[in-house]
Amino acid sequence: MSSELPNGWKMVIGLEVHTELATETKLFSGSANHFGGEPNTQLDPVSLGLPGSLPVLNERAVELAIRIGLALNCVVQRSVFARKNYFYPDQPKDFQISQYELPINGEGHLDLPDGSTVGITRAHLEEDTGKSSHMGSGGGRIHDAEYTLVDYNRAGVPLLEIVSEPDMRTAEQAKVYVTELRSILVAVRASDGKMEEGSMRVDANVSVRRSDNDPFGTRCEIKNVNSIRSLGRAIDFEARRQIDLLEAGESIRQETRHWNEDEGRTVTLRSKEEATDYRYFPEPDLVELDPDPAWIEEIRAALPMLPRERRLQLTARTGASTEASSLIVERGLDEMVLAALDAGGDPGRLITHAQQLSDDRAVGLDPSAFAELSTMESSGAISATQAKTVLARMVDTGEQPSAIAADLGFEAMASNELETIVDGLIAAHADEWAKFVAGEQKVMGFFVGAVMKATGGKADGKAVSAILNQRRG
Amino acid sequence: MSDLTTARQMAASVTARSVSATELIEVSLAAIAERDGEISAFNLVTADDARRQAAVIDARLAAGEEVGPLAGVPIALKDNLCTRGVPTTCSSKILDGWRPPYDATVVERLAAAGAISVGKTNLDEFAMGSSTENSAFGPTRNPHDTSRVPGGSSGGSAAAVAAGYVPLSLGSDTGGSIRQPAALCGVVGVKPTYGLVSRYGLVAFASSLDQIGPFANSVSDAALLLEVIAGHDARDSTSIPQPVADLSAHLDDGVAGLRVGIVNEFMVDGIADDVRRQTHAAAEALAAAGAIVGEASVPAAAYGLGAYYLIAPAEASSNLARYDGVRFGLRVDANNTPDMYDETRTAGFGDEVKRRIMLGTYALSAGYYDAYYGTAQKVRSLIRRDFDRAYEQYDVLLSPTSPTTAFALGDKTADPLTMYLNDICTIPTNLAGHPAMSVPFGVGDDGLPIGVQIMAPMLGEVTMFRAAAVLEGAAPAGSTTNRVTR
Repeated sequence: MSSELPNGWKMVIGLEVHTELATETKLFSGSANHFGGEPNTQLDPVSLGLPGSLPVLNERAVELAIRIGLALNCVVQRSVFARKNYFYPDQPKDFQISQYELPINGEGHLDLPDGSTVGITRAHLEEDTGKSSHMGSGGGRIHDAEYTLVDYNRAGVPLLEIVSEPDMRTAEQAKVYVTELRSILVAVRASDGKMEEGSMRVDANVSVRRSDNDPFGTRCEIKNVNSIRSLGRAIDFEARRQIDLLEAGESIRQETRHWNEDEGRTVTLRSKEEATDYRYFPEPDLVELDPDPAWIEEIRAALPMLPRERRLQLTARTGASTEASSLIVERGLDEMVLAALDAGGDPGRLITHAQQLSDDRAVGLDPSAFAELSTMESSGAISATQAKTVLARMVDTGEQPSAIAADLGFEAMASNELETIVDGLIAAHADEWAKFVAGEQKVMGFFVGAVMKATGGKADGKAVSAILNQRRG
Repeated sequence: MSDLTTARQMAASVTARSVSATELIEVSLAAIAERDGEISAFNLVTADDARRQAAVIDARLAAGEEVGPLAGVPIALKDNLCTRGVPTTCSSKILDGWRPPYDATVVERLAAAGAISVGKTNLDEFAMGSSTENSAFGPTRNPHDTSRVPGGSSGGSAAAVAAGYVPLSLGSDTGGSIRQPAALCGVVGVKPTYGLVSRYGLVAFASSLDQIGPFANSVSDAALLLEVIAGHDARDSTSIPQPVADLSAHLDDGVAGLRVGIVNEFMVDGIADDVRRQTHAAAEALAAAGAIVGEASVPAAAYGLGAYYLIAPAEASSNLARYDGVRFGLRVDANNTPDMYDETRTAGFGDEVKRRIMLGTYALSAGYYDAYYGTAQKVRSLIRRDFDRAYEQYDVLLSPTSPTTAFALGDKTADPLTMYLNDICTIPTNLAGHPAMSVPFGVGDDGLPIGVQIMAPMLGEVTMFRAAAVLEGAAPAGSTTNRVTR
């Protein structure tokens, strides 16, 4: 699907991102906050909403919320918890403790890698619900279910709802926003950012208009988007659906819509008229939350460098491309790469290898060993191909590169030895050589492969190419 | 054992092993067996548990262990306090079959002090009422006259002390639910400062107003019980993080020089003549003991009832949402979940609870919130301000506790508004969060007990108890229930 909308239509997107906070325990009780436990094993009177139970705020959740707020340039302020009242089986108290008029984090903004800025309206604390499974033939809807099973392990898990301004103009920009936001959450160690486990959930508000100067159109909120890719698809679908309606002379109803991943479309969940009156009022069982400014400054001072700064730093110090820096920072390898650089590593080779390190354990690489590997390669002691093999084993076993190279019998070939082998192969394959000389570039691969075979992989592919080009003249 | 009328005497005797906890419990259980068929103070008598605990305490004392300030003292608990493994009903059908998996903080503290619970007492359903007639278990009767109500909502706990079953009991007070039944049953009842006693394990009615407090036959026993249950609890975020004052040490300090204000707004039409007379008599008694008595005004208190009947139902509508048939208590099965909610709640809640849930839901609804809940909160702030001003002039305030003596069963059930007026003198202190207590002071024209209310500023319990002790000493003969024989 092209990102360009038909007939010059423009879209406006605002996102609400719910992120679970990586605390040990729940927002208002001591039960564990861990994904994947046996159903209904992480419980206590508070998370079951038993009569007489009372919430007690988890200080760690507040700290993580403030970290995120500071990372998003928000004003951290005095806040008040409120009850959002609605009946649902997975809501143990039949109300959710959230923040309404006064959120912990007020206005802020997020700078995207492309230089654009998205405003943050607020980022407030609230508790998660349990999980309902509506069983039977009713298509997973509560009204038609034969019975409903509820797992309350997730009930009371701390969430931060991060609400953006309607500042995004393309589905791609929305995806970049979520990607950047996720890397910030992970960087400040406030969340694991796993959309597939539901620890990060995105709702999109989408509207369309003829021109960027027109007032906003009527918006629809899309729920149940489970990946960044789906987010893009859902936004594009929704914008086009709205455009089709408007071009057919119809109007948009403000409503909440459900993204159906399999069918690739959004369907009505509930209209504005059907929306619940949540009867918000201040939660009388909790006191006002007014973090000490000194504590906020302590948290600010302890904030790690954020992804944007880390990308810029990596590029500045290694000459890595923007793409390479993004990838390395996203994987959290930049710190290790820079340490390897400080240990005398070869910047170009460090970056090349780091881009290919997709193993999670790579974060634990010993920087000086990584640096040594890069210099072994740049000095010609081992070939690029061999270096890759050695690196994989370093990640796997933590051995030193020189030991691995010795164990595998890796040593770069002396160049005169390599030239002898290349010349022998040229002589043995006169037809192929003629094609190569005639300009058939793909034959290069044949010769490189043959050299590799003859040397048992010890040859440096680049050196072989250089000899071949030199012989061709 | 006939001289053992107070909790202090009982605990001292048990500790000295001149009487056993088992003997005390047997006396208490016998009294209940003899008369509670008529009074119905208890929803549940936990005789076996009580005997077991008494045996444990006796054994510990025999082994030379320290047991605590309430060693072996029988106590009754309002049936909205969670007791581990023991049914906790709130006198509602909707909690049918529910046994809490945990003890309320106050229940833990009582056990740690050596007290022994003999059972759970009746209340107006979810503490909503002033007569203990709104109960799924039927009404409790006033031990002084069984054709009369004991007051409410903690009517069972008040009656249990007045009937002489136990020297101590616990109630909860949201708008007067300890003080009014204490007045009507002729016992001492205390609503402590909001936050002084942990609410953890108290089934919530209106969270910003609810407070647990003691009933006792004497001011001194009430002080002892409050000292045991008070104090910071990390499980209640509204609990005050401060050490508990030593109330007992100051009971005999007297009131010389103490400034006492009679609240004009609580001496208005609707307060019965005999009640007004006794309130003035109480003021004179304090003056005779050296207090400086004057008239005080808390103008905004006149709007207390209106504000209360928006704030309390609003919070209740939310607090009582969880009784939905999903996780505990009553479930009436239906074709789908929303219908199951409806049928369960329709069958499980009584009329008064339904009335307040509807009132509260309405008060919080979009478009009405500012006019109702918002305005009520402003009134609440004004009441607090007016009390604070009154306390610039006075150390304690004095008023009637209840407008009348105990009224007849069925007298006010037809008209909820008349019933609500019972709490006109008690509600403002709940809205302010201040402490207040009712002390028996003489009887009315009908010979039934009258209580006067002593109010104090935030955490002013020490002064409040000093005044209460003087009143108790000056009270006309027959003001307390110690005459109930066993």
